[in-house]
Amino acid sequence: MSEPTDLGTLRRGTELVKRGFAQMQKGGVIMDVVNAEQARIAEDAGAVAVMALEAVPADIRKRGGVARMPDPSKVSEIIDEVSIPVMGKSRIGHHTEAQILEALGVDMIDESEVLTPADDEYHIDKSEFTSPFVCGARNLPEALRRIHEGAAMIRTKGEAGTGDVNQAVQHQRTMMNQIRTIEGLDHEEREKWAREHGAPRELVHEAAEMGRLPVVNFAAGGIATPADAALMMHHDCDGIFVGSGIFGAEDPEAMGESIVEAVNNWDDPDRLAEIATEAGSGMKGQSNDSIPDEERLQGRGV
Amino acid sequence: MIAGVIAVQGDVSEHAAAIRRAAAAHDADCEVREIRTSGIVPDCDVLLMPGGESTTISRLLADEGIDDEIRAHVEAGNPILATCAGLIVAARDAKDDRVSTLGLLDVTVDRNAFGRQKDSFEAPLDIEGLDEPFPAVFIRAPLIDTVGDDVEVLADWEGNPVGVRQGPVVASSFHPELTPDTRLHQLAFFDETEAVVPTEVDG
Repeated sequence: MSEPTDLGTLRRGTELVKRGFAQMQKGGVIMDVVNAEQARIAEDAGAVAVMALEAVPADIRKRGGVARMPDPSKVSEIIDEVSIPVMGKSRIGHHTEAQILEALGVDMIDESEVLTPADDEYHIDKSEFTSPFVCGARNLPEALRRIHEGAAMIRTKGEAGTGDVNQAVQHQRTMMNQIRTIEGLDHEEREKWAREHGAPRELVHEAAEMGRLPVVNFAAGGIATPADAALMMHHDCDGIFVGSGIFGAEDPEAMGESIVEAVNNWDDPDRLAEIATEAGSGMKGQSNDSIPDEERLQGRGV
Repeated sequence: MIAGVIAVQGDVSEHAAAIRRAAAAHDADCEVREIRTSGIVPDCDVLLMPGGESTTISRLLADEGIDDEIRAHVEAGNPILATCAGLIVAARDAKDDRVSTLGLLDVTVDRNAFGRQKDSFEAPLDIEGLDEPFPAVFIRAPLIDTVGDDVEVLADWEGNPVGVRQGPVVASSFHPELTPDTRLHQLAFFDETEAVVPTEVDG
């Protein structure tokens, strides 16, 4: 970071400004919404931001076909409805969808495996954008590749739309385990680890020295209850994305509020018991095991 | 000194690190406590209210019963530094019924006054009491609209106040906790004439 006097004049879209936006989301719950009415419910429930998408992952899964960025008119409606940040999903590698979302005024872009990938080889060059990006990752090398491309925030790639938290836990455990591994390596060993895992070497050194990812790290995918959200905080996530879990629940408002409260009280079982009682029943879900490999979303864009 | 960081949501660890650095610059002992429930504020000598989402923060402060404790802390003349969302929550009025403000500061604020995230920026800022410009980071920042007679304006952006002080309360639209420069934390909690420009970058 530069000395104060070296800053020059006003600058937008710097790494500091993009990563700073992600830092403001910490300890918060970001909720998937498909229209203005849902966005209002999410904001009233205490969401720190909403994620605009065409259909929640559980519906995308059922419906099949090509999943694309949300309809721009819906995005604008959502932006007009709420005062909290509005994020939007673009397809992996779809530079133009991301540009359109930025032009619409979306505050953060999720280059998401939940949508049908536009490019099998390359992700968006996120460093070119003024807006910050969040990307999914199942492990440390994948996270560091996304950060190297300019992602300002990382989230787990739990199997979306299932209501099964199993894969989000798996990804977060893998991430933390690999960070502990590289912390214990010396300089040459870290270089070798970076080569063997296809991870950007400078970021391997940075993560090893920090003992964490150099950007904010959220949980996403399959989180359906206050207990799931608290579990991911217990696993050292900085905050929570909830997709189908809010509007797939019996009472979305109660579920939203309860998940927000559970994230604040994740380490207090007595409070969690009260909070979980008020939440109502969660989405029905589908266990991760029951999904054939070819229908899994998490393997997209590694 | 016991420094309490309001930790219901937002960039809590950044403020915790900043107050530790500011205290170290003054050779002061500093124990940091994160506040997510009631009962901790009364033990704290100073408080920090971080950036984040003011709707979420104000709601959780009320749910957890921390709001009245913060008011009592300030009424007793104890210092608090509030940044961005913290400023909104500390204000008398945010002109938005989605945020319950604490009325610690006699100001009204406009939320998201600079526009959306793509309009967020960093820029050097002159602050009253500091010799060199401050590296100010504005993220979906609020502007202070009106200030009461007892409020001292410490900094302005194109004529609108972005840094203020009223008694023990210091507040900013920008995020001093995002850079290694701890001068605003020093100004809030230590004798400002001794504010030390950081020579070491550890952020």
